[in-house]
Amino acid sequence: MGRTLAEKVWEQHVVRRADGEPDLLYIDLHLIHEVTSPQAFDGLRLAGRKVRRPDLTIATEDHNVPTVLGPIADPVSKKQVETLRKNAAEFGIRLHPMGDAGQGVVHIIGPQFGLTQPGMTIVCGDSHTSTHGAFGGIAFGIGTSEVEHVLATQTLPAYRPKTMAIEVSGELPPGVTAKDLILAIIAKIGTGGGQGYIVEYRGEAVRELSMEGRMTVCNMSIEAGARAGMIAPDETTFAYLKGRPHAPQGEAWDQAVEYWKSLRTDDDAVFDKVVEIDASTLTPYVTWGTNPGQGLPLAESVPSPDSFADPVARSAAERALDYMGLNAGTPLREIEVDTVFVGSCTNGRIEDLRSAAEILRGRQVRTRTLIVPGSMQVKLQAEEEGLHEVFKAAGAEWREAGCSMCLGMNPDTLKPGERSASTSNRNFEGRQGKGGRTHLVSPQVAAATAVTGRLTAPADL
Amino acid sequence: MEAFITHTGTAVPLRRSNVDTDQIIPAVWLKQVSRTGFENGLFAAWREDPEFVLNDATYEGASILVSGPDFGTGSSREHAVWALQQYGFRVVIAARFGDIFRNNSTKMGLLPVVLPGDKAADLQSAVEANPKLEITVDLRERQVRWADEVVAFEIDDYTRWRLMEGLDDIGLTLRHADDVAVYENGRQPWLPTTV
Repeated sequence: MGRTLAEKVWEQHVVRRADGEPDLLYIDLHLIHEVTSPQAFDGLRLAGRKVRRPDLTIATEDHNVPTVLGPIADPVSKKQVETLRKNAAEFGIRLHPMGDAGQGVVHIIGPQFGLTQPGMTIVCGDSHTSTHGAFGGIAFGIGTSEVEHVLATQTLPAYRPKTMAIEVSGELPPGVTAKDLILAIIAKIGTGGGQGYIVEYRGEAVRELSMEGRMTVCNMSIEAGARAGMIAPDETTFAYLKGRPHAPQGEAWDQAVEYWKSLRTDDDAVFDKVVEIDASTLTPYVTWGTNPGQGLPLAESVPSPDSFADPVARSAAERALDYMGLNAGTPLREIEVDTVFVGSCTNGRIEDLRSAAEILRGRQVRTRTLIVPGSMQVKLQAEEEGLHEVFKAAGAEWREAGCSMCLGMNPDTLKPGERSASTSNRNFEGRQGKGGRTHLVSPQVAAATAVTGRLTAPADL
Repeated sequence: MEAFITHTGTAVPLRRSNVDTDQIIPAVWLKQVSRTGFENGLFAAWREDPEFVLNDATYEGASILVSGPDFGTGSSREHAVWALQQYGFRVVIAARFGDIFRNNSTKMGLLPVVLPGDKAADLQSAVEANPKLEITVDLRERQVRWADEVVAFEIDDYTRWRLMEGLDDIGLTLRHADDVAVYENGRQPWLPTTV
């Protein structure tokens, strides 16, 4: 019987297999940032251990960094970033600190350097590591104990998750994006729908996505509970990688591409679960609640808790409406927002900024609007293309690279009661700042919303 | 890691679903570089509400948290596990857990117990009826017991053994350092390094 893509990549990385034990899996790339690593390095020091493969490890500063120029004002954040610098120096790990041309959100810089390649295993102490699966590898988030384990051994003991295919047939209609697709998928299968699975996104609509779009889809796999999300590599993948600093070159490139072409699910392979979705029926999606599964097409209204048959979903909806300050029956298009955030590891890449700029060109924003490039390189490229002038002319703020308003950990936050349209990945209570209310949207919907001050699709302008 | 064989204690019923790790420990608490001091951050935003169940003196001293489904979803922050442990919990019971949270828990010796949804809800009701109800979570027998109820739960043999012995994963893996070295010699030549 044939094998799925996930099975092929997994098998390629098994260092040791024994009855009744998890597989010992080799890790090809370990990404590190300041938040989830300090206690892991402390653990190494306590045990007198070294980093086994500093040459397969790379660090950046992203979660705590301010997105305006200048030093970190918060002494606790500053200490955390300084701790990463000390640890990177002590253990010989390449670090891209604030201000460095290579700095950026950890999941933006890996692909940008060409370090993220098909068929690899990639981990990071961050749940959105699933982003890297867009290149056809297995990439997943881990906790600090596992960060320490990978630092010490370059391996992880793990059981292979089950496999799920999400088959996306048809074409995405104009104005409907990768973000809308993944929000629709999460709304369909729920925040627990992917638990215990590696998801492979397949089908015509997925093949048509750019690498940026594929990364957006894989990024939010974790929001459906999945361990990882992946997409088989193809010419789009190879074209994105070719010429990047860490991509193979010359003869090695040809060898690599030949191997990468074998990284596809065999026609006779069987997935443990299959979910089907028709892309051609989708429209822009937004979330109305406090988990990413609580999403609907923008044309609909805030649902009534009574419309949920399952008592758990009903009480979650009641609670969400209360927290979000929303009434059942209100059209989603009438919800007013104070803040728009374009950025994050979900939607902070150049294509995202281009699509937001296209909508803001010649228009004025009515809300506080933060445009935050995912990396310094994305920032430079956007400036070369003049996108920053478009944003500034529209009245938006053009910022430095970082995680920014995705997670309420650096100075970019919502105040209690403030409401955002955000291109990030989580609408949890307080995620963007205590008491803040988040609606997840695509960059296009974010930009259109900034123009009207209400949740708006570009087509409504 | 402290070994876990069996634990008897009282419980707190948390009647919420999708308890993401941002709720368990908000991001502002993640700026610490130590592994201790997270107990005050546990459910920090929810605890501001006097009606929140952890503020109910009836449940003081509880060491088992019984939650609605999808506990520990979202962020990979292991700080969520540290906060629960440092507050005094040794077990979390729910119908479903976020995968990363569940993994992190077993690395630290906090036992995540998956009970079928109606059984977790039954246990919540039993605790609400009698907050001093003694509950035994027996990892050796893979059972949760309270009053006349005996409910079996599943956990793989390896993780169970590791928890019962209190073993550190890194130490176990380092026994296979030779296998790792052999594997490394056979890696594909084009794979990137960060150098």
